[in-house]
Amino acid sequence: MGAAGVVVRVSGARPVRRRLMELGLVPGTRVAVVNVAPLGDPLELDVRGCKLSIRHHEAAEIELEDSPDAPPRKRLKVRQ
Amino acid sequence: MSGAAVIALAGNPNAGKTSLFNRLTGRQGRVGNYPGVTVELLGGTLALPGGGEARIVDVPGSYSLLVRSREEEIAVAQLGLGGGPRPEAIVVCVDATNLLRNLYQVLQLQELGARVVIALTMVDELERGRIDSDALSARLDCPVVPVNAPRGQGLDALRKAIAEQLEQPAPEPRFRWQPSEALATELARVRAALPPEWEAGDAAALWALQCYGGEGAFETDSPAVARAVEGSALSGEAVDDEVIQARYRWLDRELGDLVVVPDSRVASERADRILIHPVWGLLVFIAFMFVLFQSLFAWADPAIGAVEALFGTLAELAQGVLPEGLLADFVIEGLIGGVGSVVVFLPQILLLFFFIGLMEDSGYMARVAYLMDRVMRSMGLHGRAFVPMLSGFACAVPAIMATRTMERHRDRLLTMLVVPLMTCSARLPVYTLIIAALFPAGHMMGVLPIQGTLMIAMYMVSVLTALGAAWVLSKTMLPAPPAALVLELPPYRMPRLADVTRMMWSRTRYFLTEAGTVILACTVVLWMLLSFPRDLDLSRDYEAAIAAAGSNEDAIAALEAEQRGEQLRGSYAGQLGKVIEPVIAPLGFDWKIGIGLIGAFAAREVFVATMGVVYSAGEDVDEESTTLRERMRAEVRADGAPVYTPLVGLSLMVFFALACQCMSTVAVVKRETGGYRWPAFLLAYMTALAWLASFVVYQGGRLLGFA
Repeated sequence: MGAAGVVVRVSGARPVRRRLMELGLVPGTRVAVVNVAPLGDPLELDVRGCKLSIRHHEAAEIELEDSPDAPPRKRLKVRQ
Repeated sequence: MSGAAVIALAGNPNAGKTSLFNRLTGRQGRVGNYPGVTVELLGGTLALPGGGEARIVDVPGSYSLLVRSREEEIAVAQLGLGGGPRPEAIVVCVDATNLLRNLYQVLQLQELGARVVIALTMVDELERGRIDSDALSARLDCPVVPVNAPRGQGLDALRKAIAEQLEQPAPEPRFRWQPSEALATELARVRAALPPEWEAGDAAALWALQCYGGEGAFETDSPAVARAVEGSALSGEAVDDEVIQARYRWLDRELGDLVVVPDSRVASERADRILIHPVWGLLVFIAFMFVLFQSLFAWADPAIGAVEALFGTLAELAQGVLPEGLLADFVIEGLIGGVGSVVVFLPQILLLFFFIGLMEDSGYMARVAYLMDRVMRSMGLHGRAFVPMLSGFACAVPAIMATRTMERHRDRLLTMLVVPLMTCSARLPVYTLIIAALFPAGHMMGVLPIQGTLMIAMYMVSVLTALGAAWVLSKTMLPAPPAALVLELPPYRMPRLADVTRMMWSRTRYFLTEAGTVILACTVVLWMLLSFPRDLDLSRDYEAAIAAAGSNEDAIAALEAEQRGEQLRGSYAGQLGKVIEPVIAPLGFDWKIGIGLIGAFAAREVFVATMGVVYSAGEDVDEESTTLRERMRAEVRADGAPVYTPLVGLSLMVFFALACQCMSTVAVVKRETGGYRWPAFLLAYMTALAWLASFVVYQGGRLLGFA
């Protein structure tokens, strides 16, 4: 329903970034947006088969590419 | 205690740790409470094969050993980090359906050189119900025991593995990755600055470097460590990048082929299609909240009635046994009444914690936070604040205890400060009395029933004030960037009754012992205020009058009521009422209402009984009592104007809606925040708010020409 791709880089405030990475959102990991909460925020992500919820604000700090061999990059954003 | 080995039980949240702990300790666990902050640390005894015993401590579930707050620091101190005592072995609960992420923590612990035993849970949820645990054990070089705690499977094997590990020498610290040259330099430098009790060398240095460095980070107590971390040539981000990626690279490479896809995921996703759906999800949520609210309100009622009846019987028994006098009064009204006022909360607390336990263990609580995050955040509140706020409609005491589901202290505090504004059930008798006594039963504009509309209006006032107060407090007293939400939505699982009830009991016991003692003490003090001094010069000799009344029971009852009323008016509370009269006069209240307000501090519903005594309306008044209503209506000021006008009634209800007249709430906030500062603030701001609002209502109403 929304963005999906492979993590290139996670930025943002250190504690959050670290927590996301420790939960498996390291470069090279596939991630997909599987749900958006009723009021448009937060999002539900699928990371390594686990469902994680983060807000748009943090999601915008996760840089994705379509696949390891397709270079165009994008930020994790969702159509509203 | 010396001698017995200490075993720590660690693992991710939702990995089945609680269940395992309960099974391993045979439900002998005790809730401990760390001074100052409320971190629940459970400890118990673990029987080992061969007759030995070990102490087992339950470390709060976390995804990582890195800490962001004092609470988390206390938790990981149990694992031997940050100078905490090192446990002899660490049992890590690893959720087999989320293998690599759970094993991440195992790698961290092995870097510390800890004896690690893996308890592999949720194996039955995997496709074909199995996983190659032998290969896992060989590649991680530590015992791996599949367990199913609810069914009791694998527990003996786990005990055996723990006992065997305790026989082994402690393993060398084991890094699965090679630190870069730059990082190795920093590690050596920080390691040299570590206090000697931080034993774990490079791993401890790395931990300090990651936890304490950088902007917005949590501060260590040790200045030497802080300086060393401050002097790092590497940015915190660079350290995090290198370390976390290196660990995951090892996990993906070495263990990736052992990962088995769980069956449970599909069913869970299907359930979520409804439960977090924009329309259906909200409807289900509202329905569930309705059931919860209804249960706290209506279903707990018979139990509350039973508790009250029980204490009534106790009081009668005591009355029969004890000779009439001060001792009997103290035992009956002070002690039995005081204990009763604590125990009366039990039905609602038990029910609320039962529902919260169900929501947590099933995985639904995370969905509630997900659904409500947006609304609550706009008021500066945490998504999980919704359940405590709603529970506040029943009673603030369990609602405040329910704030423990939030990790960040500031979020808990903010919720605690606004929950008492919600219209709790103790305000209802007061509203009922005032509305029934002072407002006509007719209709407004021909359609709206006046009494019912007023009641609903009082509820709306409370919700709006609570949300507004949260917004203001989050902008002023407790400014904080909204905590980034990183929330796992775990797969749905059937909650285990045994685990839910155990959680319910342990939290309830905490309430009884910790808050209960304070509530009891306050009740006794209040009883003394209301009953002393006893040697008053009464306006007439009641005993003689009662004796003269002979067998006329009505006359005796009237005389006794009059005597009690006169005693109360002359008591310290009565004198206090007169002292505070100038303060409450602008709100339209006289000193007799002042006595009621003082009595209501014990608990709001006491107001009704106190007013009954003040107006000598007889012993057993309740909000339905017509005598009390008539006496209130008949009460006049010195100039002959009635004391109770609808405007005074409105002002009084607004005061009750906003004032913090509940020492149980204050006591619980004191326990939960570990000091007097926040309960004092709560009391002050709510009282000020109540006074101001009542002032505006009363004086504004008079300006508009209402009496």
